[in-house]
Amino acid sequence: MNPLMKSILSVEFGFAVFRVMTPLLFAAIGVSISNLAGTINISMEGTMLVAAFVGVIVSAFTKSLVLALLAGIAAGVAMGAILSYFHLRLKADIILAAIALNIFASGITVFLLFIITGEKGQSSSLKSLLFPEVHIPLIKSIPVLGTIISGHNVMTYGTFLAIILFYIITFKTPLGLRIRAVGQNPNAAESVGINVNRTRMWALMLSGFFGAFGGLYLSMGYVSWFARDFVAGRGWIAIAAATLGGYMPLGTFLASLLFGAVNALAIYFASLQIPSELIALIPYLATVIALTIYSARALKKRTRKVGEAKQVGKIKESI
Amino acid sequence: MEKFLLKYFTLIRVIIAIAIGIVISVFLIFLISREPGFSLRSFLLGPLLTRSRFAHVFETASPIIFCGLAIAVAFQAKQFNIGAEGSLYIGAAVATAFAVSTNMPAFIHIPLVLLVGGLTGAAWSFIPGILKAKWKASELVSSLMLNYVAYFLGLYLINFHFRDKEAGFLVSYQFPETAWLPRFIPDTRIHYGIILALVAAVLVYYFLYHTTTGYEIRSTGFNDRFARYGGINVFKVIILCQVILGFLAAVGGTTEIMGIHRRFVWQDSPGYGWSGIIVAIIGRNHPLLIIPASFFLSYMQVGGRVLNLMSDVPAEMITVIQSIIILLITAEAFLSQWKYRITLRQAEKGDAV
Amino acid sequence: MDNILEAKNILKVYENGVIANRGVSVSVEENTIHAIVGENGAGKTTLMKIIFGIEQAQEGEIFFKGSRVSIRSPNDAIQLGIGMVHQHLMLAPDLTVAENMVLGNEPRRARIFLDTDRAGEITRQVSEEYGLQAPPDKKIKDLPIGVRQRVEILKALFRNAALLILDEPTSVLTPQETEVLFKTLRNLKNQGKTIIFISHKLNEVKQIADRVTIMRDARVIDTRGVEELTEHDIAHLMVGRDISFERIPASANLGAPLLSVRNLSYVDDEAILVLNKFSFDVRAGEILGLAGVVGNGQTELVRILAGLLQPSEGEITLRGETLIGLSPRKIREKGLCHIPEDRMEDGVAEETTLEENFILDRYYKQGFSKGIRLLWKDISRHSAELIAKFNILAPSGKTLVSSLSGGNIQKVVVARELSSDPDMIIAAQPTRGIDVGSEEMVHRLLREARDRGRAVFLVSADLDEILKLSTRVIVIYNGEIVAHFQDMSKVRAEDLGPYMLGVQREEAVSGKVPA
Repeated sequence: MNPLMKSILSVEFGFAVFRVMTPLLFAAIGVSISNLAGTINISMEGTMLVAAFVGVIVSAFTKSLVLALLAGIAAGVAMGAILSYFHLRLKADIILAAIALNIFASGITVFLLFIITGEKGQSSSLKSLLFPEVHIPLIKSIPVLGTIISGHNVMTYGTFLAIILFYIITFKTPLGLRIRAVGQNPNAAESVGINVNRTRMWALMLSGFFGAFGGLYLSMGYVSWFARDFVAGRGWIAIAAATLGGYMPLGTFLASLLFGAVNALAIYFASLQIPSELIALIPYLATVIALTIYSARALKKRTRKVGEAKQVGKIKESI
Repeated sequence: MEKFLLKYFTLIRVIIAIAIGIVISVFLIFLISREPGFSLRSFLLGPLLTRSRFAHVFETASPIIFCGLAIAVAFQAKQFNIGAEGSLYIGAAVATAFAVSTNMPAFIHIPLVLLVGGLTGAAWSFIPGILKAKWKASELVSSLMLNYVAYFLGLYLINFHFRDKEAGFLVSYQFPETAWLPRFIPDTRIHYGIILALVAAVLVYYFLYHTTTGYEIRSTGFNDRFARYGGINVFKVIILCQVILGFLAAVGGTTEIMGIHRRFVWQDSPGYGWSGIIVAIIGRNHPLLIIPASFFLSYMQVGGRVLNLMSDVPAEMITVIQSIIILLITAEAFLSQWKYRITLRQAEKGDAV
Repeated sequence: MDNILEAKNILKVYENGVIANRGVSVSVEENTIHAIVGENGAGKTTLMKIIFGIEQAQEGEIFFKGSRVSIRSPNDAIQLGIGMVHQHLMLAPDLTVAENMVLGNEPRRARIFLDTDRAGEITRQVSEEYGLQAPPDKKIKDLPIGVRQRVEILKALFRNAALLILDEPTSVLTPQETEVLFKTLRNLKNQGKTIIFISHKLNEVKQIADRVTIMRDARVIDTRGVEELTEHDIAHLMVGRDISFERIPASANLGAPLLSVRNLSYVDDEAILVLNKFSFDVRAGEILGLAGVVGNGQTELVRILAGLLQPSEGEITLRGETLIGLSPRKIREKGLCHIPEDRMEDGVAEETTLEENFILDRYYKQGFSKGIRLLWKDISRHSAELIAKFNILAPSGKTLVSSLSGGNIQKVVVARELSSDPDMIIAAQPTRGIDVGSEEMVHRLLREARDRGRAVFLVSADLDEILKLSTRVIVIYNGEIVAHFQDMSKVRAEDLGPYMLGVQREEAVSGKVPA
């Protein structure tokens, strides 16, 4: 078996997939939940960046993981709130406003980093905390499976909780019901007295909530520092993953897993003497291809034949 | 007075947004700098204080104008292609490969290098164009992803095939002198690229507002059903405007390489594509307004660098201010209450249309 | 019997100047099924919107259960006990029946969780109470439309509606489903509810309603007990005219058929056969009117003729050349122009100037551009000419279309389409929602085109218009031609009415010109 195949089928690969998938899944959930309400949120990139930064800073200064977590979440929610204010209240185009927010996040994080630490590239001078790894007692001893499943950062396990939470909120709470209704037929929602804008605001803030975890994991788990723009496009890949997954919990999970696998694969290709740059572009290229396939299939543009008619006449009266 | 306000309301709104941005920056400087007065002066007047800095403003404006024009053309057709950065990068990389591998007299070499760069960029932006036209795939996502692919491909091309091993850094071979864009102001690096940029702005303006194809692009942007109903080939328009985007952005990047660095030096993506989006928004997608918007942005960026260098305030403050300005500009309802009140008063006076 | 609802002297004028309700007074008795009938544009939907709080009247009063009420929003109406089942169902397609039922009023468990079980229970309870079956756990999109409508009714009942308004409920139902609906309505009436329903189907009105209000031209013509009237009586009241207008003499200079449509069929995305073997000719020098209630396939027919939609089967020829498969531009270049039924969606780009709107079909032609260059001086001059000639109320050609009134916007569209003097004019609902002056102009222009030997295909739900202008008339119902009037000299509105409403049909009829 050639070395590449061996690598892919190794347990290390399995482990890597989950590791890589973690930030993607959190962000994808964020994108999905806001899309369900009919508001596209493309500011995940900036949201994750801000949350990552805030987590590092707060953990370094308070030495408290809990405070860092809360602060990061607050930052993420704030991003969602700002987007919602500008789009819903001030009628800004949601795409342009999100682009502006991404730029804002990129600037303000490095700006504050410099103010606080005097550094601009990385926060390595700060002794920030890490979310712990969890070694599950019995499971870790299972051959193969154990190595893949146990030993992840708590955040990775958190993604499973996040998916479940996403499912519960969407399908088991009144807010989730309203979010879905507003996304499917805002007129219907309004006709029963629901405030469409307020519901969308909640969706955007929830979006920021989930995205924040993705960012926190990046700076306090995946690596142990914050660096400028180190989200490196994951926020954008998350959009593609959410789209592929139909914005539903299971779909989002599977799509994120897929992109996680492709990303992890890229690392393994490196062993093949292929230049790292060419490896690095694989996930992004894969996203474009996936998006194209998905869009092409969603298009139902062919003219139908008379024989295909299931019903004669719009007025539904037989001759 | 009020009539004037109503007529130019959008422009006034933009100016107010910019003013607010500047006020915030002043506030921030006072907040964090130990020498706020000095910092403020560095920021606001810095670019004017030395010859080289003032020249910087022009040097930086050049690629930004190109990218702004690029984005504007696509945005006018309501195609949200943000792939200027990627087209710019890979266009410049391929142009570099061509420039250092060929030899010919300057008067052919220069335009040819520019053309190679531009066509590469055009071909690159063709991809999101056709994906959108044929399969309705979001040009936003595809152009974004392709930015990353372009970056890595371009980097690979330069680092593995055109790397100058003797130079200290990861850069390409130097361009032969025949492929240098001449500079025309002594003691500065201001090169003919800025002239090309200004010419391009006029050409794009003419193209959009005085040609049949420009009309097709703008009509598609106003109402694509209207365009289709009237017989315009919207499929072609979607692709064409994005191809033009790629071409312009790539030429902008290529002129920068040919005029300033004379070799490919970008290990990180230079960011002009993003600046292009900003000035397109500030200039409301109008080619002639993009010129002052670009100078404004580049002035701010140079001011930010001076600030960064001379004081304790980081250049990233500029990014923050820029984003606030764009947020305010895109907020259509910003100041709409004010406009509504003025409109009402005018109507009562009987001056309404 | 008491009146549950009384509307007195309602006046409603829309922003664009159209008067939708004028001195409208209606009394609805408790515990009856009360039908409201009228042509498109008669004002019935507006009246219902006012009662349900979606629109507000400028003048007039509403009394509910004897007391004067102010209904400023749907919420107010719901609070009072008025429920409405809209023609376009207000349901979220991917949610279940139970979820749609409780939306806005969700039952909770432990205050934060949605009590899905309780939602299902509520649905079952209300279902049983009123005998309306609807599976609580199925998604709306998976249900046939008859059941969806039932859900809408259940929604209103759940919110304790005493008065139910249904807007054209049977327009989307099969005959079987209609039977079921009627049984439901009778049950509800027996349980003390009052029902208002708007309809076009006179046979159904006879079947189910106790009383009927006939509206025409924004006014109430009469309100009578249904047993006093036959369907023909109702049709007569709906479309009868007292205004005299000129008759078009059978044209002396009719040419050969310019446009020929043969066996045109179209199946849409929902697999519905929208047009069924449609055949007709339009001759040079005539106006062929297509009369029919909106929604019988006219929209699709017009889009197919203009090249914006591909048919499933059939032939379309202009002067013998086939049009099928040609691009919209090619079709226009062959001499066919199109006044679209939705001027804002298709006819104009409202964010830009009149000039830019005028040149949509000719910007690339000689006189307006030279090669790739636009000749703005000529364009502006041309635009000024059009503004003057068509009497468009706008300061200049550089005015934005969005600042014009509806009638003037339509004039812009008509000016553009007719100024190229096309051989074949398709006018779809050309005077919908515009003021009388503009309407007069449009009619004059179409007549002039006809007199010059052009062919006009007029698609309209406005019987006045059809009668005033048409040389011949075909009536469309359910995607088929059900009547062809070749001699319009003696035809009256009440002759067309029954065909339009599906009450009558001719057998094996087409709009073809006899050889």
